[in-house]
Amino acid sequence: MAQTQAEIVPVLTQRTSRAPKEALQEWLPKLVLAPSFALILLFVYGFIVFTAALSLTGSKLLPDFSTWVGLGNYVRLFNHPNWITALKNLAIFASLYIIVCSVLGLGLAILLDQKIRGEGFLRPIYLYPMALSFIVTGVAWKWFLDPGIGLEHVMHSWGWESFSFRWIKDGKFAIYTIVIAAVWQSSGFVMAMFLAGLRGVDNEVIKAAQIDGASTMTIYRRIIIPLMRPVFLSAFVVLAHLAIKSYDLVVAMTDGGPGTATWTPALFMQKFTFGRNEMGMGAASAMVMMMMIFSIIVPYLYSELRGGRRS
Amino acid sequence: MSAVSQDNAARSGTLARAVIYTVLILFAVYYLLPLYVMLVNSLKPLNEIREGNMMALPREWTIAPWLSAWSTAQIGVSPTGLRPYFLNSVLMVVPAVALSTILGALNGYVLTKWRFRGDNIVFGMMLLACFIPFQIVLIPSARILGLTGLAGTITGLVLIHAIYGLGFTTLFFRNYYEAFPTELVRAAQIDGASFFQIFRRILLPSSGPIIVVTVIWQFTNIWNDFLFGSSFSSFDSIPITVALNNLVNSSTGVKEYNVHFAGAILAALPTLVVYIVSGRYFVRGLMAGAVKG
Repeated sequence: MAQTQAEIVPVLTQRTSRAPKEALQEWLPKLVLAPSFALILLFVYGFIVFTAALSLTGSKLLPDFSTWVGLGNYVRLFNHPNWITALKNLAIFASLYIIVCSVLGLGLAILLDQKIRGEGFLRPIYLYPMALSFIVTGVAWKWFLDPGIGLEHVMHSWGWESFSFRWIKDGKFAIYTIVIAAVWQSSGFVMAMFLAGLRGVDNEVIKAAQIDGASTMTIYRRIIIPLMRPVFLSAFVVLAHLAIKSYDLVVAMTDGGPGTATWTPALFMQKFTFGRNEMGMGAASAMVMMMMIFSIIVPYLYSELRGGRRS
Repeated sequence: MSAVSQDNAARSGTLARAVIYTVLILFAVYYLLPLYVMLVNSLKPLNEIREGNMMALPREWTIAPWLSAWSTAQIGVSPTGLRPYFLNSVLMVVPAVALSTILGALNGYVLTKWRFRGDNIVFGMMLLACFIPFQIVLIPSARILGLTGLAGTITGLVLIHAIYGLGFTTLFFRNYYEAFPTELVRAAQIDGASFFQIFRRILLPSSGPIIVVTVIWQFTNIWNDFLFGSSFSSFDSIPITVALNNLVNSSTGVKEYNVHFAGAILAALPTLVVYIVSGRYFVRGLMAGAVKG
């Protein structure tokens, strides 16, 4: 600090001593940025290289770079029934999660955009689940959907004796209960994104369409919803990214069960690396996850950054 | 004629509005339901949950489940309740948020006001780092924490969270400072102000909103983290999310649902309070995290 204060004087009076100080000033910004960049370089990109290399070895309990197996882990991975289950679950989960969240989010945003009294009261209610941890959400839904004490039990005690809802205990349907909880958690957020999009629509366009006699339905279908394309894209990217990483919610609700019915790629990675001491395969599964995410994120970021520069 | 049709239009308008309000309120109920279930059942004795109805208000109100969840419930091997783990989370979150926010602010400042060749590549790499699935860094992180003797410590978790939060904090501040008039910075530079003086006297005073957004974003993400917490913590550094999961999914003994619910609310309380107090900034952070560039 003393150093920075002393600098003002030399700059104004002693021209001769400026050179080294100025050199420092010139380097200072880079010096300040350097530690962060170095950390990212090591902890993100270095670690990706490490994991990539690891995925080509036969490592079991600990990293072991002496046993190269080439793409052997990837071959084993895609022949492993648990990985196939995980991929199928991801496909079901991701598609339903993205579609239901988008439809619900857009629907609620449109309804909320009709000059609703109490919007300021309703909006935070739709959005608060986003502040909760997936573990908390998982606990709430796990017991709410539990046949013993939850929904089924409630319906029975209200007199609907034949009501049955045991999806969470049923290998065929358990993955859908995770969709239910995840949609509950994220749809409010998607609603907020669409609402921001709707508020940005130019009123003149809508007025012009109204003068031409277009009905509200037509205006939404033909003009407003097509204008929401960038929001759909952002929502898709965010939700797909969350879906591929989904781990906590599954752990809290079913821990992959019944059996392996609700395994996801993230759960597979964890269980194989740390539970079954198959570090090579665990690393391979993490690589596949990263490639899935990057195949969505990289084109998106590229177009966003380029678009930003143009405008 | 026209009066009639207008009357019809008005009536169908009221009907439409009634439908809209009904749908909106039903969804509000849907979003509040799990919170209601947790709250109501955390105030009931256990037999009332098992025999009674989850939706019903308690017949016999009790705060015993809350006391148990906080200080006596069995978690892992010791009957400590969630209190020590809550404290672990606080000790982990505060320095991690502070570190990543300060570094993010400085990075954003450099990347917008002291541009250099290749700064876009640096920013691009930091941005991409926001989106990696953390599974990809799990094994080497465990390795490096082990090598540095930080495995299983709160310090280790602080470092991990601070580092993997850098991408987002840098992004937030960069986008904010991008809109800040560069002429002011140049003018101060001509007047002889130094790098840090400009930051402290000129940018920092108008950074209030983005600091709030960043702190909330980081606080929420780190408090709610489970993956790093479950992978890198040991007995005395377990954060609250992991402890809650242990409490709920422990296979021994009777399932004390009421204690689980109380524990879940306890674990959610800090982020919920932040959300209620500063929801506007919370939403802004979410949007900034979603819409980049």
